[in-house]
Amino acid sequence: MEKKEFNITVYTENQIGLLNRIAIIFTRRKINIDSLNTSPSEIHGIHRFNIVIDETEDVVRKLCRQIEKQVEVLKVYYHTNEDVIWQEMALYKVPADIIAEKASVERLLRENGARAVVIRKDYIVFETTGHREETDNLIKVLQPFGLIEFVRSARVAIIKDSEGFNSKLREFEKEQPGEEVIENEYLNQGQKVFTM
Amino acid sequence: MNETAFAQQETATAAEEKPTVELTGSAALLEALIAEGVDTIFGYPGGAIMPVYDALFDYKDKLNHILVRHEQGGIHAGQGYARTSGKVGVVFATSGPGATNLVTGLADAQIDSTPLVCITGQVFAHLLGTDAFQETDVINITTPITKWNYQVTDANEIPEAIAKAFYIAKSGRPGPVLIDITKNAQVQKFEYKGYTPCNHIRSYRPKPIVRQQYIQEAAELINNAKQPFILWGQGVILGSAENEFKAFVEKSGIPAAWTIMGAGAIPSDHPQNVGMLGMHGNYGPNVLTNECDVLIAIGMRFDDRVTGRLDKYAKQAKVIHLDIDPAEIDKNVQTTVPVWGDCKETLPLLTAAVEQKQHTEWLARFNDYTRQEEEAVINNELHPQEGEMTMGEVIDTLNQLTNGDAVIVTDVGQHQMVACRYAKLNKTRSNVTSGGLGTMGFALPAAIGAKFGAQDRTVVAVIGDGGVQMTIQELGTIMQSGIDVKIMILNNQFLGMVRQWQELFNSRRYSFVDIQSPDFVKVAEGYGIPGRSISDRSDLKEALEQMLNNPGSFLLEVMVTKENNVFPMVPQGCSVSEIRLK
Repeated sequence: MEKKEFNITVYTENQIGLLNRIAIIFTRRKINIDSLNTSPSEIHGIHRFNIVIDETEDVVRKLCRQIEKQVEVLKVYYHTNEDVIWQEMALYKVPADIIAEKASVERLLRENGARAVVIRKDYIVFETTGHREETDNLIKVLQPFGLIEFVRSARVAIIKDSEGFNSKLREFEKEQPGEEVIENEYLNQGQKVFTM
Repeated sequence: MNETAFAQQETATAAEEKPTVELTGSAALLEALIAEGVDTIFGYPGGAIMPVYDALFDYKDKLNHILVRHEQGGIHAGQGYARTSGKVGVVFATSGPGATNLVTGLADAQIDSTPLVCITGQVFAHLLGTDAFQETDVINITTPITKWNYQVTDANEIPEAIAKAFYIAKSGRPGPVLIDITKNAQVQKFEYKGYTPCNHIRSYRPKPIVRQQYIQEAAELINNAKQPFILWGQGVILGSAENEFKAFVEKSGIPAAWTIMGAGAIPSDHPQNVGMLGMHGNYGPNVLTNECDVLIAIGMRFDDRVTGRLDKYAKQAKVIHLDIDPAEIDKNVQTTVPVWGDCKETLPLLTAAVEQKQHTEWLARFNDYTRQEEEAVINNELHPQEGEMTMGEVIDTLNQLTNGDAVIVTDVGQHQMVACRYAKLNKTRSNVTSGGLGTMGFALPAAIGAKFGAQDRTVVAVIGDGGVQMTIQELGTIMQSGIDVKIMILNNQFLGMVRQWQELFNSRRYSFVDIQSPDFVKVAEGYGIPGRSISDRSDLKEALEQMLNNPGSFLLEVMVTKENNVFPMVPQGCSVSEIRLK
């Protein structure tokens, strides 16, 4: 089975130590996490992890089952890049004088979909959002102008075809009995649905 | 402290209606344990858990605390208790080295799905992360080897944390839970509103919902099968589904074999019980795994010691897997029909849907293999006519004397495989062994716990000369608690299982397996435990009788043949059908 990028979405309780518990599932199998983002979800007290790894689907499915087994994990989904809309944000710090002298800033920003977020005497910080190749591209452009610092965020992804987990999260929020939630209902349907 | 008055207060349903009483965190912890029905705790005090031990002084009449000699002994005792009683084992340890000494037992309990609640003391909350005296990051150390863990830094959290701990430890697929309580939380006084057991956590689904569709698909496969084969594991015992399992086996008429963790769920001499699976399992079940047409795995996880080489494992068979843990489905062996759920619920549904049958010819094939194995291995092992004693004949004699009613606790090594192969087990929860982690040093402390968990039963610890020396200090626990444990050391003067592998696969290069032992009888005598050592076959039966009839604990050392091997054997990297008889 061929390896490819998978986006794993994990809904969890907001619990100290859970990040470690989830990360251990990858590290004990010697799987490198390419990108990990964790943030509050739309529901208070429930967090959402976006994890990107390069693996075969078989391994990803098993990983997701192990993650979902953790007590404080509500639900886990995995998707290929084609199944999600995803973005990464990048910041670029460049010397203000060189940029002002040598670059056509307006053109540079327009061509790369970037915007200046801070303009100081000594440096300017640009921001761009997009796929990896897009944010990488601006590095190449800015490098000749003395790029001082660069940082890129972890990936955030949203599922294309799913109706979303919002309604189910609201059920969880109401703490309705577990019996009303059919667990793992998609576990064996493989590609047909965007879940384990 | 007015816990007595508190205990008399009625339990109210809503927390706000409950009367409150001021308690320390430590007292609240003990109240919670009592409310959970805990009667026995295994533990070892230390600086960071002293407030709990101070509170325990007032609860001596309600909580029986067993002072072990090492925290590893404490947790193995907790495991033994849980395995025989079906209840949650409770263990106390202090911070730092006390907590890290629990690690082996936690890993063992995690892999063998043993319900435990371990309480560790921790340094004051304001000292966390400062490398304070006896501080370790026990939460992070134990994360991969616990089902759940939690650090309490405020006494107000204690009742809820303990309630969640017990619920998580015993529900679904059981496992060990660790609660780390800082010293300030132990001494802090707070308004205790009583104890409310936990029965729901919104992010925790202990068992999947049973789906009728899969039951029907599984039943259809079983009804159409010519050579179906059942493999069962500890899930049957953990789910208290022995009767449901027996009903399924008997109605379907299918031969059934067991993993060592599942041993005893149905009696050893049940006509459809065709023996033990795996590396040192029986000949028939291993070979015929690769000939059956439908494989029905019940509460077992296809461990590599059971499957041997996976790419050659039961490739011809359609696989039905009944398991409470969805993560086990397809983990090692690809399943045709997954039957998620508690086998206590799924087995009766499946039994109702399968046709009553007898697979007489198919069963006879297992019996043919048994006859071959008897000729090649079993007769020589159980009934040798000359030479030194074998481990097998010791177990066989024990069977005759206990009639299969004893709890057999084994350590790890050759004696473990021999005991699991030959011990007669009439009752469930009779086989306590370290199946997944293979922890040497397990048996002596586990037997102590097993006896507390099954006080009306005879408990025999079968231990090798290597393993007993790993936790031999627990003889002190036996001495102090006055518990009745029969300790049988099968001494072959070697680390036998490693030696066997060195003989078979390393050209007899016996690298550091020639282990010397102390005079075990004198060591036991030092602890006030009577003992005896025998090396002559003619003494065996009478010595075993002496051990079993002794009113308290007794240590019997049996000198057995040095270079005896456990066969059959599936060599590592081979398929189960390549099992060797010699």
